[in-house]
Amino acid sequence: MSKGGCKMAKILTLQEAVTTFIKDGSHIAIGGFCTARNPMALTYEIIRQGKKNLHLYVHSHGQAFDLLIGAGSVKRVELAYGGMGRFASTCVRFRKAIQNVDIEWEDYTNYEMTLRFFAGSLGIPFMVTKTSLGSDVLTKEGFRPETRKEYKVVRKKLAVMNSPFSDEGDKVVLVPAINADVAVIHAQYVGEEGTVRIEGLKFTDVEIAKCADKLVVTCERIVPEPYLRQNPDINCLPFFLVDAIVEVPYGAHPTSCFNSYDYDAQHLNMYRRMAEDDGNFNQYLSEWVYGVSSHNEYVARVGIERLLEIKANPAFGFRPGLKRG
Amino acid sequence: MAIMAGRMVKNGDVIFCGTGLSLIAATVAKKIYAPESIIFFETGGIDTPLPELPLSVADLRVMYGTSINAGLLESFSILGHKKIHTKAFLGGAQIDRFGNLNSTCIGDYWHPSVRLSGSGGGCDAACLAAEVIIFMQHERRRFVEKVDYLTSPGWLSGPEARRKAGMYRGGPSAVVTNLGVMRFDEKTKEIYLSEHHPGVTPQQIQESTGFEIDISRAVESKPVTEEELRLLREEVDPQKLII
Repeated sequence: MSKGGCKMAKILTLQEAVTTFIKDGSHIAIGGFCTARNPMALTYEIIRQGKKNLHLYVHSHGQAFDLLIGAGSVKRVELAYGGMGRFASTCVRFRKAIQNVDIEWEDYTNYEMTLRFFAGSLGIPFMVTKTSLGSDVLTKEGFRPETRKEYKVVRKKLAVMNSPFSDEGDKVVLVPAINADVAVIHAQYVGEEGTVRIEGLKFTDVEIAKCADKLVVTCERIVPEPYLRQNPDINCLPFFLVDAIVEVPYGAHPTSCFNSYDYDAQHLNMYRRMAEDDGNFNQYLSEWVYGVSSHNEYVARVGIERLLEIKANPAFGFRPGLKRG
Repeated sequence: MAIMAGRMVKNGDVIFCGTGLSLIAATVAKKIYAPESIIFFETGGIDTPLPELPLSVADLRVMYGTSINAGLLESFSILGHKKIHTKAFLGGAQIDRFGNLNSTCIGDYWHPSVRLSGSGGGCDAACLAAEVIIFMQHERRRFVEKVDYLTSPGWLSGPEARRKAGMYRGGPSAVVTNLGVMRFDEKTKEIYLSEHHPGVTPQQIQESTGFEIDISRAVESKPVTEEELRLLREEVDPQKLII
């Protein structure tokens, strides 16, 4: 179906979304931030389908990012931060992968990655900033020169120049645009046509969504478009930018989803402990990724007790008093 | 240490809160010392009342009751805003005498013995905030002659270095540790010991520091009171998640 010449977003299953939009070697921009609103259901499906050699772009991540790296799906990552707050000061499988040099990586700052996504969403080659001056982020490169010749890898990490608008010399840093193949984000609600509503902090999800050729949005609930159009001030992406919609309630678990559910602190702590050891980590994958054939099976495995425990209180958007130790 | 850090915040301060110990310092400040301070996070939660201790800068608890809920673009605009004296609370794995921080790796960058989380917003805050307050555990292996990777610029190599590198403002003003409080010399921009906590001697602090530090100006800091401890244990972090 098309509207105004644009192809309409398709409502797909998780399986269809991954088969259609994620290929081996895909450059993927992932939304969410560390403990919040990671597209986990989609991530599990990407791993189940055995996608390999992925090139990831994130600012600060995250459960999805750590799992993809740990499962061996990732060839390269461009990031600002790999951590899970108090649940893991450094993401465990990410840490191990770099110490073993199992993957390639390039370090930027949060602001730089945000501006890179922004540049990609605007269709311009770079954005400009004053951050990272004087730091090793500016001067040390993670990627080898050969890597920079590969498909879609930006030719240069950063550039420094004097602002052309200043006589005295005003140093600025240029950060290259990200133009991913596909962006994946998890939102609370998406309309039947594809209009997206994110509640709570959006992080850089809107810019991430727009920096890629294709956009897959998973959500808590698909709702009728007119419902979202009653209050367009709080919608953040127009329907015609979305290529696929997948309805997966609890699709961010064990990360949080504002107004829907808190992070599953117990699960995140369990993950951190298991991820420390290769054997235990493989057991985690068996139980929670390979051992479930659908999202519904995953949610059933999490269990109604946990889901009730983390269910958000609408007055707060999170679960006050949640046991988090 | 959370108490010492919290004491540094005054009503009206605009605080960029990083991760780790910063989270508890900000919650302590908001609940005990400076309820009128403005706490914001790089994730986009601006002026959060912090009803419960957040465990990450993306915790749902930083999205509740804010002035605005935005995203990273807005937060970094506020962080570096010309009309606001933002104070950033930062941590790190290593620090040198000029307050340069490392939160990226221990050892060789391309084959580290320990990979850490990376900059996140740390480098951004170090470059763009008006002032930086650093929290660290005070250990020899952390207070080093030269950091293995310079993630977040302090005074770089001395006075004028930041300006020469191209930064408009900023730089660390204090380092708060479990042993004492350090500040930076006006002229040389090098760290010196300003306060030692009760029960800790300046000599002990020198022994826990991997470079020579001027301890001649140190005085004893005000002890933590019973009331402060009670508030910390009962109101700020009753589940003992960070303390």
